[in-house]
Amino acid sequence: MLSSLGSGGGKTAKPSFVSYVTPEEIKSEKEPYKKENQPDLLPGEVVFCSACPVLKYSQDDMSQRGVFGTLLCTNFRVSFVSDEVQVEETCKLFKNKLYGENDIPLACVDNIYGGYEDKKKLITGGLLKNKYPSKIIVHCKDLRVFQFSLTYSKEEDAKKIFQGIVHHCLEPKSLRCVYAFSYCENTTSPEMQRKERTMLFDCLEDWTQDMKRTKGNCRLVTENSSFELSQKLPQFFIVPLNVTDEDLVKFQGNGLPMWCWSHHSGCALFKTASLPLSQEDNVPQTYMEKMLTAVAHNHLYSVKTEDLSDTLPTIQDIQLSYNKFKQFFLIDNTTEFWMSDMKWFSSLENCGWLDMIRQCLLKAVEVVECLEKENTNVLIMEESGSDLCCVISSLVQLMLDPHYRTLLGFQSLVQKEWVAGGHAFLDRSNQLHLKEKVESQSPVFLLFLECVWQLHQQHGPAFQFSETYLTVLSDSVHVPVFATFLFNNDSHRANVLRAESPSSQRGPLNCPSVWDWSVQFDCRAQDLFTNPLYAQKTKQDRSQRKSHRPKHQRQLSLPSSAFKTPTKKGFFKDEADSLKKILGVKRISRWMLSPSSDFPPMSSIKEFYETWQAKPLDYHGMLLPCLDGPSIRVWMQRYLRWIHDVQILGGGPVAVLSKVSELLAEVQELRSELDRHARTVTSNHRGAIRTRAKTAPENLARSSVRLSSSFPFVTSRNWSFKPAIPTSMLQSLMMSEVAGDLASREDDGSEPETVV
Amino acid sequence: LSFNTWVCPSLSYLWPTVGYSDQWDDLNKRFSPPLTAKDVTYICPYIGALRGTLTVTNYRLFFKCTDREPVFVLDLPLGVVSRVEKIGGASSRGEVSYGLVCKDIRNLRFAHKQMEDSLRKSIFEVLMKFAFPVSNGLPIFAFEYGQVYPENGWKVYDAQAEYKRQGLPNESWRITKVNDHYELCDTYPSTLVVPVNISDEELKRVAAFRAKGRIPVLSWIHPESQATVTRCSQPMVGVNGKRSKDDEKYLQAIMDANAQSHKLFIFDARPSVNAAANKMKGGGYESEDAYQNAELVFLDIHNIHVMRESLRKLKEVVYPNIEESHWLSNLESTHWLEHIKLILAGALRIADKVESGKTSVVVHCSDGWDRTAQLTSLAMLMLDGHYRTIRGFQVLLEKEWLSFGHRFQLRIGHGDKNHTDADRSPVFLQFIDCVWQMTRQFPAAFEFNEYFLVTTLDHLYSCLFGTFLCNSEQQRVKEEVPKKTVSLWAYINSQLEEFTNPLYVNYSNHVLFPVVSMRHLELWVGYYIRWNPRMRPQEPVHQRYKELLAKRAELQKRVEELQREVTNRSASSERAGSPTRSITPVQTFV
Repeated sequence: MLSSLGSGGGKTAKPSFVSYVTPEEIKSEKEPYKKENQPDLLPGEVVFCSACPVLKYSQDDMSQRGVFGTLLCTNFRVSFVSDEVQVEETCKLFKNKLYGENDIPLACVDNIYGGYEDKKKLITGGLLKNKYPSKIIVHCKDLRVFQFSLTYSKEEDAKKIFQGIVHHCLEPKSLRCVYAFSYCENTTSPEMQRKERTMLFDCLEDWTQDMKRTKGNCRLVTENSSFELSQKLPQFFIVPLNVTDEDLVKFQGNGLPMWCWSHHSGCALFKTASLPLSQEDNVPQTYMEKMLTAVAHNHLYSVKTEDLSDTLPTIQDIQLSYNKFKQFFLIDNTTEFWMSDMKWFSSLENCGWLDMIRQCLLKAVEVVECLEKENTNVLIMEESGSDLCCVISSLVQLMLDPHYRTLLGFQSLVQKEWVAGGHAFLDRSNQLHLKEKVESQSPVFLLFLECVWQLHQQHGPAFQFSETYLTVLSDSVHVPVFATFLFNNDSHRANVLRAESPSSQRGPLNCPSVWDWSVQFDCRAQDLFTNPLYAQKTKQDRSQRKSHRPKHQRQLSLPSSAFKTPTKKGFFKDEADSLKKILGVKRISRWMLSPSSDFPPMSSIKEFYETWQAKPLDYHGMLLPCLDGPSIRVWMQRYLRWIHDVQILGGGPVAVLSKVSELLAEVQELRSELDRHARTVTSNHRGAIRTRAKTAPENLARSSVRLSSSFPFVTSRNWSFKPAIPTSMLQSLMMSEVAGDLASREDDGSEPETVV
Repeated sequence: LSFNTWVCPSLSYLWPTVGYSDQWDDLNKRFSPPLTAKDVTYICPYIGALRGTLTVTNYRLFFKCTDREPVFVLDLPLGVVSRVEKIGGASSRGEVSYGLVCKDIRNLRFAHKQMEDSLRKSIFEVLMKFAFPVSNGLPIFAFEYGQVYPENGWKVYDAQAEYKRQGLPNESWRITKVNDHYELCDTYPSTLVVPVNISDEELKRVAAFRAKGRIPVLSWIHPESQATVTRCSQPMVGVNGKRSKDDEKYLQAIMDANAQSHKLFIFDARPSVNAAANKMKGGGYESEDAYQNAELVFLDIHNIHVMRESLRKLKEVVYPNIEESHWLSNLESTHWLEHIKLILAGALRIADKVESGKTSVVVHCSDGWDRTAQLTSLAMLMLDGHYRTIRGFQVLLEKEWLSFGHRFQLRIGHGDKNHTDADRSPVFLQFIDCVWQMTRQFPAAFEFNEYFLVTTLDHLYSCLFGTFLCNSEQQRVKEEVPKKTVSLWAYINSQLEEFTNPLYVNYSNHVLFPVVSMRHLELWVGYYIRWNPRMRPQEPVHQRYKELLAKRAELQKRVEELQREVTNRSASSERAGSPTRSITPVQTFV
């Protein structure tokens, strides 16, 4: 417990816990003692099997201590229900409505190990009928680790629960078995009908609006609304003006430049699935040239192309690297943890995960430079057109467009680039455990969130959403309820939801979007999604900005007057041919030879960064990440939150954030007081200024000293407030490398000196 | 790139009220005429060669290049110079160049055309003369610096007052005057706190058994449990396992002074191998046979030589540029953070024993002035919130480091040209690094900010203030340092705003237990890599917080104005016009 933190010593034995919910709230939340050891089942949730008693080991030590309870497997989760009465006091602030701290959604199970005496063996399915381990160790995709002992329950039950869990978590299944479908049949998700909403990009209006917002001048394609053109293409998408109807159908969408975003200068970012080009067949090459010309025509006849597969890791590389990386955090016992602490930095480097993050950010900066500094159109491509293309295009937009750094903007961005953009969420997560899809499993979306987190931690005040929001989003990918992450593309989603509909009259099945956060969290918990540090654009800023940023400022600085205002349609016709000769053809031919040769070289990127960095930072302008070694960090909240020994009790970012939200609340309170007062005065009504009411963030702040660095995911109530003393210092290990003669020398330096 | 703002941040604010030219004149008036050379090239590792004017005074080196926008300025106190080297002879281009190796993790290189021999010689000579005044029989600059500050920084620490704050003397502990004239121990302060039932005569006998006479004395006492942190040097056990009844009785008395525990923990900061090796030279460690109820724990912290070597490697890795692809493994190979981890882990174990175990602890290494100072001061920082305030931290430094004889003169080598001196070691730097790590983990628990720590380190070398001069209290008294020099705290306390952490919450009675895992330790970029312009220090949180504070103040003012207006209105019922309408719309932060 946290007692010594507050008491200044002396009263360590007595837990002196201070809750940050009011006593009334505690009362109302206290439920009567349940005799039945079953979790509160969700709509459509069915229990497959259960065993009792099962011992759940306490996470943080090697001892055989733990709690007894029932272990169940349902069509949604593996669940452990403790026999002990749960004291539900503190942690309710951030309770997930779908699953609790002892629940593992089936899709969240990463690996299962069997504990046989002293050995730990990875379970891969295909079991021997009558064998089961005495211990099940479950590693989760949200990095929790559970250990259950089966030795206390009946042999039959133990066998059944073990096989049940393995079957439902690891063996191939069909999509219709995913819990989302039973859930949706049994719930009616409320339609989000607010004025301010996340744009889902599943309708014409969202695309029109986004193009209008960025002042893009491209062609909105509606011909695929029932997937007539291609099953691979989104329902709606945008292509350069010069792409013809004929071009749309040529290669089932491969090679078709899809608009992502327009820069205020007029140039734009496009992405595409690359066409396999062969020497013999001239058709794809001619097509590609035509498409490039079309992109070039979008603005000033210039285009730069980048084949991401040339420089970025493959999805298999990403998967391999992440598999190594995550192992550092899936801790079975503390001894192991402290052992690995000594080689932490080199292990981190060897797994390459941080380097992949750096590479993605660097590539995004390169594209940003092309758009921002050179005002050229950029076409990024890769084989699928929906993996690294999504990473890079979304990062570019985050860096250049402050709209996407708001919460709704960010969600819209994910919808646009990832969901509508056809990222194969189902294949990449392989939550159906299909053998043939093992190769396509890869945490590409997580890699993107990692990159966003890096930007967030470097430029916190630029983002409306919080770190906690990103962590929760990364967890939600593995909650098999949301339509957002369940499908491979638009047509897949539409087909499945139509087919799964209970009746044809009611239309397709209505599956909640992850952005409907009320499915998982109540309002108070959702408050933690906003970043109190966010420097929102003020009205003054907005008006100033409008006045001093001319729309096509950069074009004015171009050398030739012919380039100045390509607004008239006629301009293209008149001058296109000569310009094409100068710019377009040159670019294209160069692209044909070596794809990335005209991309900015490293030195240029450095200069670009340094020039930007030298200017005063505008959180509503372009943001660039610092990519030097120490600047790319480990996402502590996501990866360290469950590891007891590294919780900073009374510290961590929450100590700052709660202080800021406290102040923010005071400022808001003063402001509304002023408003109230202004009304009072203008209406000539005499009234005294009321005293301020205590607000929620203040309560949070007052208790912040009792929170830990893993707030809000873990509350320290379960843990003793005892510092974690490294168990193995491994000094000999270190000293073998350090020059031994120095270590054995006297501190005095009294001996005669011969120093290197 | 506005280099002049970050090149030496702490020094650019030195004279806040006086403009730059004024201070320059001020310096010139008082000191020997500065030497100025035109057309000198400064070879900056980040922007390349810069041509400008180099000026050397008895305090600083000043380089200014007006060719570029903004003007490039390098302003370096000569105290930070560890070594001046001539690089090569005259090169083919007829240029001579000098390298300055600095104590603050950077090297500077200057070059100029070969001039008439006298001028060339004089740049080098003036540098050698004023960078190393001690080697040239000259006074350290602090003795000439006569700036007057509103506060006398030497009054920050008063041993009696600090012990009184801790509730001392009490029924178990007394303040002794036995070391008033530094006769018992010349590296200890004059004021010592010892167990009540040990007489001064006995103290003298204990002193004979402890290296350099550094007997166990109280550093800190727990306000509730009465568990204490005491510090000393190693016992003179030797190869034959010598014992001292007086010393044993003394440690028993320390244990008995705490009624809560019947145990005493002795933390030996050294690795056990080193502690054992010390027996050959007459030193050693307490055997548990001789000291009943005492448990001896080795903390495995390495000696000053290992630390010096580690910092040398670290400098190679971070200056001037970082090799990106191997950054982490390079960092690991310096072992710097590993040493930081061990020091913090040691302090944590001490704090834990005192706080959770309610047990008194004795801390020592060999002499008890390096590792011991690190450990006791860090443990006290964890245990006692007072030391986390700006003034409290100053007291902590004055007490545990300065008065207890951390040998700053030797470890830093102020004004001494012998840069290979084996007594030099970054012991104090490590301590400040550990403090910084704690401020990272507990961002609201410290009243001072990062800039305060950087400034302290800058003036550890600058020789502008007298604070870090000499090796002991006795020497400082003898040299009349407090009379003849200005204390660093006079300067710091004259502009506290600059050094205050806006997020500070005074949870004074909270114990902080930092996490000493590598996962949470990181290299202090704001100090070690601050010369690299790409690593611009960012404190967006602090800025944002200050903005909000300003906003709150503004709003509060408006509310008050309105309140006053309401009162006025109710007094003189109606007046024409409503001034509130002129209030501009308030920004929204929702």
